[in-house]
Order: sequence, then C-alpha cells, then structure tokens
Amino acid sequence: MSNLKDLRGSSAIVGVGTFGNGESPGFTDMELLARSAHAAVADAGLKMSDIDGLCSASIGASMWTMPVIEYLGLNPRYIDGTMVGGSSFIAHLLPAMRAIRSGQCSAVLVCYGSAQRTSPVGRREIGQLRRLVDPQPYEYPYEPVLPASAYALAASRHMHEFGTTREQMADVAVAARAWARLNPEAFMRDPLTRDDVLRARMVSDPLTVRDCCLVTAGGGAYVMVSAERAKSLPKKPIYVLGNATAVWNRQISSMRDLTVTSAKQSGAGAFAMAGMKPNDIDLLQLYDAFTINTILFLEDLGFCPKGEGGRFVENGSIAPGGKLPVNTNGGGLSCTHPGMYGIFALIEAVRQLRGEAGERQVKGAKTALAHGNGGTLSSQSTAILGTEETV
Amino acid sequence: MSEPKGVEAFHQLELNAGHFLIQRCTDCTGHVYFPREVCPHCGGTSLEWIAPKGTGTVYAVTTVRRKAGDGGDINVSLVDLDEGVRLMSRIDSPVSNATKIGQRVKSRVQVNDGKGLVVFDAMQGGAL
Ligand SMILES: [Zn+2]
Repeated sequence: MSNLKDLRGSSAIVGVGTFGNGESPGFTDMELLARSAHAAVADAGLKMSDIDGLCSASIGASMWTMPVIEYLGLNPRYIDGTMVGGSSFIAHLLPAMRAIRSGQCSAVLVCYGSAQRTSPVGRREIGQLRRLVDPQPYEYPYEPVLPASAYALAASRHMHEFGTTREQMADVAVAARAWARLNPEAFMRDPLTRDDVLRARMVSDPLTVRDCCLVTAGGGAYVMVSAERAKSLPKKPIYVLGNATAVWNRQISSMRDLTVTSAKQSGAGAFAMAGMKPNDIDLLQLYDAFTINTILFLEDLGFCPKGEGGRFVENGSIAPGGKLPVNTNGGGLSCTHPGMYGIFALIEAVRQLRGEAGERQVKGAKTALAHGNGGTLSSQSTAILGTEETV
Repeated sequence: MSEPKGVEAFHQLELNAGHFLIQRCTDCTGHVYFPREVCPHCGGTSLEWIAPKGTGTVYAVTTVRRKAGDGGDINVSLVDLDEGVRLMSRIDSPVSNATKIGQRVKSRVQVNDGKGLVVFDAMQGGAL
C-alpha cells in the first residue's frame, strides 16, 4: 500500500516549550509564539540558527509563516503553513518527517502563539470579519454561535442515538478539571463537580459554558529531528511512531453522520503506521474543545465501541486514578485553549513520556496518543508517540 | 448588474423570489445541497435545478441561548430533506425550545428585506 511504515520512528521530538498560558495582557500572538519557540529550541539543546524547517499556522493571518520566519530570523529550507484549524500542529508531523528523512532539512520547529483572551480585537469583531472574508452563506444566516452550536448539534445526535447523557458529558469536564488540579500550568484549578457543569450558563443546548473549552492566551512549540540526531541531544527523545490526518467536511451541515468523525480515518492511519492498536496506548491527549469531543474521539479512535463513549467516561474513569488517563494536563477544558489547542495536546504527551509531568505523571508511560481536531469536527489528526523502547 | 453566472448567486436570487431549489445530478442521479458547480458524488457538471418536495425530518437540534437584547433564544436545526440532502435551518413554529429530533417538518421561504431564507415549520403528525 504505502511505505509510511518506513517512516515509523524515523524522527523524534527533542524539545518542547510553552509560554504565557492563561492571562498574558500586553503580549501579541507573535511574542507568545517567539517565547515558546525559544523555550522549545533551548529545551532541545539547540540554537535558533540550527532550525532549518518551520511549521506554523494562525487563525488571523493567512500568510503567517512569513512573519514568523522574519521575526525569528530563520532561513528554513522546509516550510509548512498548512492550516486545518486546531489539528494543524499535529498534521505538520508527517510531512516534516518526510522532509527530515529526505535530507531537505534537519531540525524542524513547529510553533504557535495566540493572545486570544487578551487581544485588543474582540472575538465579536473577528467573527464579523470572518463572515466577510470566509463566508458560510448556508449556515451564518441561521445565527448559530460557531463553533459551539456545531458541537451542540453533534451532542444532540449522540444523545438521541445512543442515550448519552448530559451527566456523562459533564464527567468529561470534571475529569479534565481533576487533572488540571495536578498541573501548575493549568489555567482553571478550582474544584469542579458534575452539578457545577450541569448548572452553568447554557450556551447552546445541551452544552453549558463548562462543556466548552477555555479562552486563554498562550504559546506552544516543539522541535523535531532525525532519530539518529536525537540521540546526541540532551532530552530523552520521544519518537513519532504514526501520524495521519483526515478531513471529511468543513461545515457541520455537510457532515454525513454527526456521531462519526474523520478521527476514524486518521486514527486507523496512525495505528497502521505505528503497527499498534488502542490496547498498546498508555495515555491519551484528545482535543477537548467541547465535552462531546472526548466521547466521540474515544469511540472513533477505537478505545470503546461506537455509542459507548458516554458510559466509558462516567464516574471518573478518565480522571486521575481511573482506568485510562485522558487529557492529563487538564485539556482545552481546564488547562489552556488559546484559539487552537492541538500543539498543547502533543506537548503534554511528550512531557508525560519523558517523565516530566510531576504530580500528574502517569507512571511508566511508554506510548501516548495525541489527537487534534479542527473547525467544527472538520479536520482530525492523530499522532502516536513512544519512548525509545517502543521504536 | 449582469445576470449571475454562478450557482450560489442563482440559488439566492430564486430564494429572494420565494423559490427554494436544490440540485440533482443527471449523471449519477444524486441530489446536491448546498449548490455546487461540480457534483460532489461523481465529479460531473450535469447539475440541474429541481424544486424539492419541501418535506423533511429534523436530524439534530440546538437552542442558541442569547440575551433578549441580542434577539433572544433561537432554534438551529439540521434538517434532512426527503430527497436525501441535509441543510442547516431553523424550525420557526412552534416557537419554542420543543423541537425534537425526528420531527417531520415542511419548508417555507421567508423573505426579509428582499433576502430569502429557507426555514421550516413542524408538520402535524409529529415525530417519525
Ligand atoms: Zn453526480
């Protein structure tokens, strides 16, 4: 079929960095990105001048890689500005692995920053602008609050077909908060109960504001090099065993079955490349823009049968001490969500596999799955990572 | 202004005149909505306009919660037309948060300030 398996473990993530998570008043997107990029390059034991590959994406700026290259003083031989929403920074993995394997470049920096929470441009203004430059004439006239209403529609269908309950979705938020309480970098660390979620302000039925991700500022970055080069760098290399990306639709109204996302395809691709199955995975980082996401992705990635996701996440089973560690940083629901979250899912997976996760460390973790989502259940990208013994 | 050449503009002009049209591919016989220049089923360009029966079933539903000053709560639904295509719309009556998945609905073109929009009303007989 393909020789993607030849790329399995051929590259490793050797540096990660975050900066300015939460409130960062007075910082621009680029400043948050640059600080994160610097932290990731330093973490890799490299200098910015060692970077010869650059991947980035921005919600606001359509030619974003150019100002990033300019700002950081780079001269990359490999550039990827693929923008498929919040999953972009996981989707950047496989092309970068090919570029490293071919010799086109040797050290790829993937970086992101957003001042969404503290931006001088309000989200209402950005929404109005987007209607002009990127119209969705078959949805906007009905006044959905996007993206929340799109995920609410998916939740309504999941509840209808499988009997999934608001309580089960609330348990996703409660589990995320329990993990966040163990993470000093997380933005929201107050206790959260199922009732708190259910009684919170309704945004778009059946989702309350606590079923929805945070709006924060923040930046994140990682550095990837070849497996051979990784061995000479200071941090424990975390190898990329599989990666695949899939898009089936952009608008929620064009999604064929609201209970099945293209994570089914991206997950199958990533598992095939890695030669692994869900049972082989020690921990998951799933892009939880809304509580229904975690349920959908557990199903579509094969961790439980279709329709069983609600029952799977009940009563603390994905919380600390549960049967499967999911979103150990607190996720987009409680840790951070500066516009696009995907890179933070990947960074947390790396920190866990390195054994750097402190109080929230999953003991003995050797494999992790990081999954990104973009748009309104529109793009899905799955990565499988492992320590040296899994290669 | 010249006559619109693209299907998006044509579809909107028809809506403004009170006519709800969808497309049908004469190559593969598939129905298409939203309007396209190229058939998403078979890749062909032989798309003709047809008037749908207008009847359909609510596939998914949400209520957007808004302050009264922002227009108040509003229904947003996905409706599957009997022809097999899906669209986002609003179930306008009954005016309540009572719209349920499976509800049978009938389309109506609402024209405001000269601009047409497809909305739906609940049909007697209720859910499937
Ligand atoms: Zn066709």
